[in-house]
Amino acid sequence: MAKITFITSDNERIELEATSGSVMQLAVDNGVQGIDGDCGGVCSCATCHVHVLPEHVAKTGEASEIENDMLELDDNVSEYSRLCCQLEVSEALDGVVLQVAK
Amino acid sequence: MNTSEISDPFKKARIENGCGHIEDQNDPATMVLRLKDVRKCAHNWKTFQSGAEPGRIVIPSEVAIRTTRQIPFEVDPPEHKGYRDLVEPWFKRPLDPTYQEKLKVIIDTIIDEVLTKESIEVVGDLSLKLQSRALTLLLNTPFEESERWISWGTHVFRSEDSSLDGDKANILYDYIDEEIDKAIANPGCDLYSVLLASEVNGKKMTKEEVKGVMILTFAGGRDTVINALTNSVAYFAEHPESIQQIKENPEITGKAVEELIRYFSPLTQMGRVATQDATVCEHAVKADTRISLCWASANRDETVFENPNEVVLDRKLNPHIAFGFGTHNCLGATHARQIMNIFLTTIAQKVASIDILEAEENIEDLGDFKRKVGYDSLTVKFNAH
Repeated sequence: MAKITFITSDNERIELEATSGSVMQLAVDNGVQGIDGDCGGVCSCATCHVHVLPEHVAKTGEASEIENDMLELDDNVSEYSRLCCQLEVSEALDGVVLQVAK
Repeated sequence: MNTSEISDPFKKARIENGCGHIEDQNDPATMVLRLKDVRKCAHNWKTFQSGAEPGRIVIPSEVAIRTTRQIPFEVDPPEHKGYRDLVEPWFKRPLDPTYQEKLKVIIDTIIDEVLTKESIEVVGDLSLKLQSRALTLLLNTPFEESERWISWGTHVFRSEDSSLDGDKANILYDYIDEEIDKAIANPGCDLYSVLLASEVNGKKMTKEEVKGVMILTFAGGRDTVINALTNSVAYFAEHPESIQQIKENPEITGKAVEELIRYFSPLTQMGRVATQDATVCEHAVKADTRISLCWASANRDETVFENPNEVVLDRKLNPHIAFGFGTHNCLGATHARQIMNIFLTTIAQKVASIDILEAEENIEDLGDFKRKVGYDSLTVKFNAH
């Protein structure tokens, strides 16, 4: 079981728990504002953009080249940007805090 | 068996040059062929604009047959945002379970019907019907309207004789004018009425602006959806194991939709007009000339996709741009994805196999390239479980 926290652009704090699946799906299933996941999680639409809070980046690891190429052209990109469809829920993510980009 | 194959005519030019060339009514375009370049150009709306003369960013150009600006498609930021923000929630309605249930009824009815026939012509008997009936949901207009749209044929601009048919386009434009007038006289809950009652960028939407949104909605989602559906039928006919794969693993359906749309790329390309002298992939692009963002080529880019010419239904990383990229990405994508998702689910549930009886390919002539985009006609037999 991993606890994952989203902070939306309205500064709403949403704490969710999950054991499997993608972080994007978790957010969509729970109606987290700003996470649309239009493409269902194949890294094609960039509608699940989050910024990992700096103190938690060790938990998420690094983005792949394909993911980085998508993020590179996003208006709101930072070194902490991730597409959360590419984050698989696991114990390693427990406690992570994600700021929704949109 | 390779009737369902959609080949990649851009490979050599994409690898060697990165660009292609297409002549079009004395307004040629430099075709951008690599995925990263296409994305960069789509992102750079300041240099590569959509807000040029109405019809010019479409290839073949519609300048000669259309004066109405399609909205938000042919408007650039910052004005674009107001229009897009207005229409976006409406075009996200397909995410609503009630909408999906209605769409499922439409698709179930059509599949049940084709299963009773000895043979059907997919483009006319299945894809056009399904697309038109589904469009009544998107516009929130009476189901019966679809009969009229079906009678127009497969492409509102393209006829048998020429790729640009002004008479046919006028049928659509006159129809939309009439419907706008009806909505003014009797406002309802349809898209026309909602747009007419809206304000954008501090001003009430004009009739001409409403018309611009409606033309986009009709034209943008017509032959694209029809090709996606018809090509899917051809694919499943030759890959019955894929029907089984989706039936046994329904959780891959979303990935299968993305993969088929990548492979088909129902919209081959979209143009932009350079606002200044620019360079694309080391090719000079002069101000006031056109580039084409070639989605179909980008979606086979071997530097991005493993086995780009294979359909891998459960492809996990699939950064395709079949719905475009950036500011102007496809407004109808949510609707299109839902259609495809329910279509695949229904086929997996009800269809055991499909036999192709006859196929006539629709080949686009793109100057340096010839590309199959779908079928002029596809006659098949559907077999139930």
